[in-house]
Amino acid sequence: MASTVGDRLDPWLDSYAAQARSMTASQIRALFAVASRPEVVSLAGGMPAISALDLDDVAGLVAQVVAAQGGAALQYGSGQGDVALRELIASAVLPPVGVSAHPDDIVVTVGSQHALELVTAVFCDPGDVVLVESPSYVGALSVFAAAQVRVVHLPMDDDGLVADAIAPAVAALAAQGRRVKMLYTVPSFHNPAGVTQPPQRRAAVLAAAQRAGVLVLEDDPYALLGFDEVVPRALRADDPTGVVYLGSFSKTFAPGLRVGFAVAPHGVREKLVLASEASVLCPSALAQLTIAAYLTHRPWWEQVKAFRELYRERRDALLDAMTALLPAATTWTRPSGGFYSWVTLPGGLDATAMLPRAVTARVAYVPGSAFYAPADADAGRSSLRLSYCHPTPDRIREGVRRLASVVGDELALADTFGTAAAGLRPAGPGPDVA
Amino acid sequence: MSGLHAAPLDGPVLVLAGGLSHEREVSLRSGRRVADALRGRGLDVVAVDADAALLPRLASDPPAVVVPLLHGASGEDGAIRDVLDLLGLAYVGSGPTACRAVFDKPAAKAALTAAGLATPDAVALPETTFRELGAAAVLDALVDRLGLPLMVKPARGGSALGASLVTAREQLPTAMVGCFAYGDVALVERAVRGREVAVAVLDGADGPVALPAVEVVADGGVYDFTARYTAGATEFFAPARLDPAAAEACAAAALTAHRALGLADLSRADMIVDDDGRAWVLEVNVAPGMTETSLVPLAVAAAGADLGGVWEGLVRHAVARGSRRPLPVAAAP
Repeated sequence: MASTVGDRLDPWLDSYAAQARSMTASQIRALFAVASRPEVVSLAGGMPAISALDLDDVAGLVAQVVAAQGGAALQYGSGQGDVALRELIASAVLPPVGVSAHPDDIVVTVGSQHALELVTAVFCDPGDVVLVESPSYVGALSVFAAAQVRVVHLPMDDDGLVADAIAPAVAALAAQGRRVKMLYTVPSFHNPAGVTQPPQRRAAVLAAAQRAGVLVLEDDPYALLGFDEVVPRALRADDPTGVVYLGSFSKTFAPGLRVGFAVAPHGVREKLVLASEASVLCPSALAQLTIAAYLTHRPWWEQVKAFRELYRERRDALLDAMTALLPAATTWTRPSGGFYSWVTLPGGLDATAMLPRAVTARVAYVPGSAFYAPADADAGRSSLRLSYCHPTPDRIREGVRRLASVVGDELALADTFGTAAAGLRPAGPGPDVA
Repeated sequence: MSGLHAAPLDGPVLVLAGGLSHEREVSLRSGRRVADALRGRGLDVVAVDADAALLPRLASDPPAVVVPLLHGASGEDGAIRDVLDLLGLAYVGSGPTACRAVFDKPAAKAALTAAGLATPDAVALPETTFRELGAAAVLDALVDRLGLPLMVKPARGGSALGASLVTAREQLPTAMVGCFAYGDVALVERAVRGREVAVAVLDGADGPVALPAVEVVADGGVYDFTARYTAGATEFFAPARLDPAAAEACAAAALTAHRALGLADLSRADMIVDDDGRAWVLEVNVAPGMTETSLVPLAVAAAGADLGGVWEGLVRHAVARGSRRPLPVAAAP
């Protein structure tokens, strides 16, 4: 006799938290499985070019750490992070961005993604508001979504976050009875927009945040990877009490070690340590000591310079290929550092709908909608993020050649079915360089 | 089924999963599940991607049998099986000619109709036709001819990728654009309302046998990619809630499709049973999904069988059958 209640293949359906309901299989995510194949030029993931590291040397370094400090490296450590590493961060890593910090101000985390999660946990209750850029880093949006935080996107232009938008947004939200807890910004070599706030914009952002009484969460993983000699001065350098600064070794050394850090005002830092202990007890001691040894015994700054040169060459390959190959009216940002360019398609093409065609043509990118909260996803519909950090210049050129053909085909299709938009460029970063 | 004490095979079972199609991730999941099920039966199993390393590997370490679990193009269009035939390797499943006929949905529908089966009215059109004749006029003609609602789906491919249900004329252009992102030909099919069921067919010693029909009820009303691969997003009834006559009609339709299309070992027919109990066959699959949320494993369980046992039977049958198509011999002058 047939049952009247079917099988849903998951006995825990009634037990999940409400937010787990939105965790579903995604067609787009499935397509990225193909992007991992070598036949596909992936301009999607922001994977650092660790092939530029001397892996034998790193292996020797790890062996040395275990041999000399194995007792500490393989043991639990401090919840705040290894003190020697915090001293090195304070003395070597932060000065280039202008940040002066005591090692006690620093909390080492499991990548800066973990720091993002801790700061959010410490500041945000469900329903609180975080201001973010348009577009914003997808990993941060995931953290905010998990914390049931309401994300409000603020406009960007080619100088990054539009400072003048902060006060009206805070006032409008206050009028609705909503409290803005944080302003999340990536001021340097933005992921995904590829733009950088110049000094006067940074000052304006800080001033607006201070006037509104909003904490600034400054995410700065790419700061040292600029293609000009000048390292952008961090927001925190000019406001140590109003800014929590997030740094990372993922882009300057190796993401596999999962080590990042937060620099925070005293009271915040105390809470971050407690939250971190509740979350992971302590970050990996082996990873921290390896990074401390790397900063102490290896020419790490020379390696940073080597990364810059490598990424500059790849950025040039991407921009040159886009100029030569992409259809007219496509626009993109010209990053002066970091990993990404933000491309806006002509004719209002839908970058998400176009992705399967791109995968068939063996090129992958991240559709722009991913960099918006779900309610605002339409704002990123016609845009996409291209990463130039991982593929070689030749592969980048080939990837753009494939992408150009895909965009051309998609334009023809949109023309056929009359789905092309009026051609207005959406607000956001990206000079019209076509 | 022979189980742990059966004769050892002359080499490993090579589960072929992954590939470069849009369904790569689904294929990898299917491959993992079947590989685990076969290992659970004590068989030596290797899971391998279809890439440039495959042929050297097949040459250096020949498997006793290949289990192609590639979904989408090359896996289901017969191409990989042509290569396996070329190499003289035994494999589970249908041969390349049958795969080609099934993977092309319009061709499969024609064959199903010829076999006397009901399949919803449909028109398959390439992108170029819309360009040449003007999309609006062609779409109007489609709606006039087929009515609404319509299913728009790529003529080739599975997992509902690029497929959408169209309930109003103005939704058609976007649905067509979404469909053509996955392939050059779109199948526009009259959407039949009714119970959505799938019937798996297994070749047994006495010929093909239909397993109990599995019914799907997707939360959102459409059994799309998310509904297929998110545990909990779809309610499954195995066996399907059909009266005996309708259940029999579904089984008969699946068996007829299996035979008419020349399929071997295992297939899955997807159909809609309308309010009159009539089974409309939508499509047939030669490499049906084997993931944790796929339909054939549910059908196997509903039949009281064990997935590992079924797959071991298929593997041993394929080994006994051996290479299906010896290399062609050049004709004498």
